[in-house]
Amino acid sequence: MGKTLFDKIWDRHVVQNVEDGPTQLYIDRLYAHEVTSPQAFDTLRDKGIKAFRPEKVVAMPDHNTPSDQQERIDDPIGRRQVETLKANCEEFGIRHFAMGTHDNGIIHVVGPEKGLSLPGMTIVCGDSHTSTHGAVGAIAMGIGTSEVAQVLASQCILQSKPKTMRINIEGKLQRGVVAKDVALYIMAQMTTSGATGYAVEYAGSTVRNMSMEGRLTLSNLSIEMGSRAGIIAPDETTFEYLKNREYAPKGDAWDAAVEEWKQLASDEDAVFDKEVTFRAEDIAPRITYGTNPGAGIAIDGTVPTMESLSETEQTQLRGMLDYMQFEPGEKLEGHPIDYVFLGACTNGRIEDFRAFASVVKGRKKAENVVAWLVPGSWMVRDQIIAEGLDKVLEDAGFELRLPSCSSCLAMNPDKVPAGKLSISTSNRNFVGRQGPGARTILASPLTVAASAITGVITDPRQI
Amino acid sequence: MKEKFDIIRSTCIPIEIDNNNTDNIIPARYLAFTTRDPKFYGDAFMHDLRYDADNKPVADFVMNQPEYSEAPRNGVHEIIIGGQNWGSGSSREHAAWAIAGYGVRVVISNSFADIHRNNLLNCFVLPVVVSREFQMELFRTVKANPQAEVMVDLPNQTVTNLATGHSESFPINKYKKYCLMNAFDDIDFLLDNQQMIIEWENR
Repeated sequence: MGKTLFDKIWDRHVVQNVEDGPTQLYIDRLYAHEVTSPQAFDTLRDKGIKAFRPEKVVAMPDHNTPSDQQERIDDPIGRRQVETLKANCEEFGIRHFAMGTHDNGIIHVVGPEKGLSLPGMTIVCGDSHTSTHGAVGAIAMGIGTSEVAQVLASQCILQSKPKTMRINIEGKLQRGVVAKDVALYIMAQMTTSGATGYAVEYAGSTVRNMSMEGRLTLSNLSIEMGSRAGIIAPDETTFEYLKNREYAPKGDAWDAAVEEWKQLASDEDAVFDKEVTFRAEDIAPRITYGTNPGAGIAIDGTVPTMESLSETEQTQLRGMLDYMQFEPGEKLEGHPIDYVFLGACTNGRIEDFRAFASVVKGRKKAENVVAWLVPGSWMVRDQIIAEGLDKVLEDAGFELRLPSCSSCLAMNPDKVPAGKLSISTSNRNFVGRQGPGARTILASPLTVAASAITGVITDPRQI
Repeated sequence: MKEKFDIIRSTCIPIEIDNNNTDNIIPARYLAFTTRDPKFYGDAFMHDLRYDADNKPVADFVMNQPEYSEAPRNGVHEIIIGGQNWGSGSSREHAAWAIAGYGVRVVISNSFADIHRNNLLNCFVLPVVVSREFQMELFRTVKANPQAEVMVDLPNQTVTNLATGHSESFPINKYKKYCLMNAFDDIDFLLDNQQMIIEWENR
């Protein structure tokens, strides 16, 4: 029987299968950020040990970094965390991309664009959106801080092998529909726990035709249906994207690597534990109405009604709608918004800014809207400026900010005030996610751009 | 936090929230700290559902109701009965630290998010997976009688509703069971076989 792509990479990294226990899996790349690493470094100090393979670890602060200036962090607690990461990296000999330098950005944006995440690798980070890196054809999984310490100490983790699921998406996407909509659509079909216990592989013609940026968005959101990993077989799009990246192999080593990477695909006779197929033509621009990413609808659709729901589901829906201040059966298109956020590890890449700029070009930001446009990395920001997109954005009344996780998770000054409604390209609409009491609608960069212009939730196909 | 695990017999806190994500279990602002103090995280457990914007306890939230508000101690409130898809979302181990820091030893649900489940185990909190039916029965029992006890027997891998006598077995691999029963960390296991890792690298 053939093997899945996930199995191929997994099997190559097995140090041992512990008897009636987990697999000891070798890790090629550990990324560390300031939030989930300090206690892991403490563990190493407690035990009096060094980092086992510091050259395989790359660290950078992203969660606490402000997006308006990066000379300083005013909040003493956040500042201490960022300083702690720097000090730990110095002590343990780990490469560190400091805040404000042009190497810095959100880990899940920087890793692929610097060629630090490559096909066939095993990649972990103390962050659930590590699934992003699966888009280059790697096993990439979020882990906890105890596991960060384990990898620092041994370059291994102990994990039970997940089941495999293939999600096929076939056909051509409608105009105005992008990878983010595909992910939000799949999530609504699968629910937020539909892929728990699985590692997902995305396949099908829609995925093959997606840009690398689109694939990174798709893989990023895998965790929102419970899957720790979202892998995509590498192909010419992947190789083209990675070629000449700073840390990617060069010259003969590159040619050899590509030959090897071409073998990284699920065998034709590979059997997945579960397989589902979606059609691209069924997917419209999407928005969420509730407080989990699976609670979404087509932008021209209506919020679900209580009919045909079980009692538990009714309670859950009522709770979500109370918080969001929406009504069952309500149409959300045309609903006024207060904040827009373009950025995060989901949609903070150059293509997302091109998409946003294409919509707002020659138009003006609505006056009632506060807009945060936050590149995912300095590389993205530099590219935006090189392409003159900053001028387009400026002319339309927007300001380009500095790279940061920004308003995705309320750990830096970019917090949405209580009660305000935000339409955001980030990945989570949980209660209080963008700030205590803040209400979040998830959408694509196109939908967010259209809404920023009109000041109300707007279908990008109408602009 | 690192206590050997054997048999836990305790009253329970019913937190009947489905998809109780780790942002709920501990809000992001508590993640900016570098401390490992269990009490700090325990105090933040379910913070924004326990307290309102003025930091006043929310009276109708289960953890503030008199019959469930007592902090966990031996035999009291050491077990949480949780809703389905417990611990979804962010990988923050701070969520497991919050649960452990509050004093909880066991979380029972019909499903856990993968990363959080591992984090609980690494913090010596036992995630117990039961059927949806048994989970619902436990909610009914504990809500009807807050003094009702549940027994979680790790050596025999059983969970028993002592009020009804109903029991289910739960899965856990032999390795993790050994870790919990002997307060043995994954990191110690990995450090013990470093030679094997070096051989694997040089293979």
